[in-house]
Amino acid sequence: MDDLLSEFLTETNESLDVVDVELVKFEQEPNNAKILDNVFRLVHTIKGTCGFLGLPRLEALAHAGETLMGKFRDGAKVTPDAVSLILSSIDRIKEILAELEAANGTEPAGSDHDLISELERMALEADTRGSAAADDTAEAEDDGLARGELVEQVLERPLRPGEVSLDELERAFREAEVEVELPVSAVLSEIEADAEMEAEAAPPAPLAPRGRKREEDAAPRETADKGEKKASVSSQSIRVAVETLEHLMTMVSELVLTRNQLLEISRRHEDSEFKVPLQRLSNVTAELQEGVMKTRMQPIGNAWQKLPRIVRDLSQELDKPIELEMIGAETELDRQVLELIKDPLTHMIRNSADHGLEMPSDRRAAGKSEKGTITLSAYHEGGHIIIEVKDDGRGIDVDRVKAKVLERGLATEAELDKMTDQQIHKFIFHAGFSTAQNITSVSGRGVGMDVVRNNVELIGGTIDLRSVPGRGSSFIIKIPLTLAIVSALIVEAGGDRFAIPQLSVVELVRVQSNSEHRIERIKDTPVLRLRNKLLPLVHMSQLLGVGPNDGDQEIESDTGFIVVMQVGSQTFGVVVDGVFHTEEIVVKPMSSMLRNLTMFSGNTILGDGAVIMIIDPNGVASAMASHASSVVAENERKEAEDAMASALDGQATVSMLLFRAGSPEPKAVPLSLVTRLEEFEVSKIEHSNGRDLVQYRGSLMPLVYIEASQTRRSEGTQPMLVFSDAGRSMGLIVDEIVDIVEDRMNIEVGSDRAGILGSAVIKDKATEIIDLGYYLPQAFEDWFMRKEMDIAALTKKVLLVDDSAFFRNMLTPVLKAAGYDVTAVNGARQAFELLENGDTFQAIVSDIEMPEINGFEFCEALRRDPRFRKMPVLALSAVVSPASIERGRQAGFDDYVAKFDRPGLIASLKDLFAGEMGIAA
Amino acid sequence: MRHNDNLAAGIDDTIQYVTVIIGGQLFGLPISQVHDVFVPESVTRVPLAAPEVAGVLNLRGRIVTAIDMRKRLHLPARDANAQVMAVGIEHKGESYGLVIDQVGEVLRLSNDSMEPNPSNLDKRWAEISGGVHRLDGKLMIILDVTRLFGAMFEPMAAA
Repeated sequence: MDDLLSEFLTETNESLDVVDVELVKFEQEPNNAKILDNVFRLVHTIKGTCGFLGLPRLEALAHAGETLMGKFRDGAKVTPDAVSLILSSIDRIKEILAELEAANGTEPAGSDHDLISELERMALEADTRGSAAADDTAEAEDDGLARGELVEQVLERPLRPGEVSLDELERAFREAEVEVELPVSAVLSEIEADAEMEAEAAPPAPLAPRGRKREEDAAPRETADKGEKKASVSSQSIRVAVETLEHLMTMVSELVLTRNQLLEISRRHEDSEFKVPLQRLSNVTAELQEGVMKTRMQPIGNAWQKLPRIVRDLSQELDKPIELEMIGAETELDRQVLELIKDPLTHMIRNSADHGLEMPSDRRAAGKSEKGTITLSAYHEGGHIIIEVKDDGRGIDVDRVKAKVLERGLATEAELDKMTDQQIHKFIFHAGFSTAQNITSVSGRGVGMDVVRNNVELIGGTIDLRSVPGRGSSFIIKIPLTLAIVSALIVEAGGDRFAIPQLSVVELVRVQSNSEHRIERIKDTPVLRLRNKLLPLVHMSQLLGVGPNDGDQEIESDTGFIVVMQVGSQTFGVVVDGVFHTEEIVVKPMSSMLRNLTMFSGNTILGDGAVIMIIDPNGVASAMASHASSVVAENERKEAEDAMASALDGQATVSMLLFRAGSPEPKAVPLSLVTRLEEFEVSKIEHSNGRDLVQYRGSLMPLVYIEASQTRRSEGTQPMLVFSDAGRSMGLIVDEIVDIVEDRMNIEVGSDRAGILGSAVIKDKATEIIDLGYYLPQAFEDWFMRKEMDIAALTKKVLLVDDSAFFRNMLTPVLKAAGYDVTAVNGARQAFELLENGDTFQAIVSDIEMPEINGFEFCEALRRDPRFRKMPVLALSAVVSPASIERGRQAGFDDYVAKFDRPGLIASLKDLFAGEMGIAA
Repeated sequence: MRHNDNLAAGIDDTIQYVTVIIGGQLFGLPISQVHDVFVPESVTRVPLAAPEVAGVLNLRGRIVTAIDMRKRLHLPARDANAQVMAVGIEHKGESYGLVIDQVGEVLRLSNDSMEPNPSNLDKRWAEISGGVHRLDGKLMIILDVTRLFGAMFEPMAAA
């Protein structure tokens, strides 16, 4: 791509961002001629340049847009439709530009006829509405204006070099008025000629006339008209490739390191003659560093440019009037950080507009103005920049968050009760958490606040939130100004030094066995009592697996320093052996061989020349979190489910819950089936209608005893396993929970006893695998019925298709115990994959109600394939009506079985295979 | 002209090798790949890294990742106070130092005398060896840097 074109692309993209902003303003104040002039000029410039570069498609589109805007300038009425149309034209221009860039300068094929004709139609309409008289005056005025300015410019030109572009601008502007008479190319060449001529006539700034021109375009016309001063300021700036700056930054970083090294050396030689020049070098380096850092700084407003447009679109889409206030757009920060913060900010604005602000009617009812306000502000604080996104909406609904937390199993009710509202708010930063009830096109697409939090934390920032019900919420992001140089605390652990970024360090605590700060232990977990709070601790050498003696010993020695760190909402202490000092370090990326280490974010060279690893607070936090029970529980459940799925081919292990009930022999149930382990006070167990019940989560949960002989406790607590599905729960009373083990579940000996599927060897002991299918109907009769199992069934491969993990986990052991070799998948898509891969099955058992492809469609698809035309396929459904059975037959199912009719399923399978064998024989 | 041609042909046919000794075995690295030879000092351990990563060190302002070739080749560790050397290598813009026992002379060897790896060579050696040169009384294994790094990165990516 030639330079001219790439420069054009950069500039045009900048101009277009400005147009977006200006147009939104324009829609609000249609009578503001200055804004219109400004927009008009920008589009005109784009059009002109396109013509010059030979980009006919862009030119035609820009021209049509310009024509319509010209009508507005001449006094035609501005309609929101027209603004929307122009905005979509600008979007199209952006698309074409993007493709242009990707295709290395070739304009993409395609037609914009749709937009152009619409633009022309609207322009025509405006024409008929607008009066001819207005046109005349406009032209007359314009002529006068042009003449006057030309004189002024000739006078001032020698004094103010920046005027070159202004002049050219005005000229272009004037010519735009008469372009109807002139062929476009002639106008353009004239413009360019003018520009060149004037560039030559302005010696102080001959290099960047084009660049200046656009920059000035961005300024409101008011400034352009009156403020030559501004123009001359912009003429002093030049464009520098980002790469050049990056390289400069790297070199300065090296210089800083070298200076640090020199200082370290001179510190050891007291009366060195180098002292004075070194001090000077040090100062100069510091200034240079600051200077170079400045070149990387950009006002945060650059990241906000697209927001007014987004808010405008949202406002229309959601039918809520929204005002976006932006404060502190001039606040500067590193452009690298700026880039990284753009997307999270956009997401947060969307969130505020969608979830934060109420509908206008609700607002009125709450005594607020109909128009919601989102305030975006930025300011510096220490070495950080604080960005706040605030809305005056309804605030965060604590109850809804709580409900969601419980539903997701992120915390228990008891835990929630102990939390403050603020702590509960923080759950919205958890992965996959969204309180939006409906998925709208605006938000709730699975990208939640957790992604925002991750992005912010990735650049060493933190995110916090405050919310007052009915008054609104505000998100506060704190990020470092730059990523290149960070202040770090140098600590020692296990004989090595490490750097911890200061940003995540909250405080340092010195611990001694006799001081008030002591390391205490809960079971094996070290904790620190700090201002009445328990802080989880981890020893750094333990975390990193370094140190001569193992970490436990160290921690028990009870002396050392605790670095209290905060990452997001997580606070924890890291025990280190020593703390040295803080140092400004230049973060260098680790070599790709080491990049897989999540515990480090990079490395650096210290003043003494040694290389030191930089601890990644996020890595430490996630290592800590993996100890946290809630996460463990969730992972365990997930793993159990995965393991279960792969266990179906008999190879992988399954998590089994071992317990005792009634008899001394251990019993087991797949852990994935168990929803929760609970203990209840015996006094809470109530007797009603001949059965035992307990109040559980607001409803009565029936209790079932494994064996009638089981002793009923009269005091203390009663452990039980809770099984839940579709809102119903059952408590299975056990005597004692023994263990959770990972083992294969191969039922070796079948059982005739009710409630026992058979025996398997688990942990080298014969263990009875209980049959949940026997106990569930004891709680709810319609859960399903139990029948003797036919252990003698031949080993047939059966494919089970069901989207519900519960039923997959439930039916797999049942089928397995009946002697089938079962593979379970979560949907038709997966099933097809297996079949396509050449896996053979003797039969398929499929659920009917499934997302994406339902059972009927699945079966029909199977029947269309000659390979599977004869494959026995069983339907399994919760709904069994004559109509659905008929529908199933039409779809090609061999049989239709109710989901809870397990004996029916076994019998039906047996019939199928019997029939098959009969045919074969 | 003809003289030059001969010279050029001569260069084409031979490769200069920096020879190093690792655990008594002679290895050769193509000289074009070797940036420098240095004594690794004040190496910082990298916890949790792969076992062959000896650590990171500062070489004239650059951070170099040191790889212990004895560990890499599954040879017994050297004595605590034995002298070590390192060969500086660039790989994809990053600096690495191969920690070896000793650096020997630079040899110019003809491609003709190179032989492929013997089929019974230890697999872990074969994956980083580019061939064998027969020298007087000993064999020199060509250390193929690209394969060395390839073999180191791939298993890590899988893990």
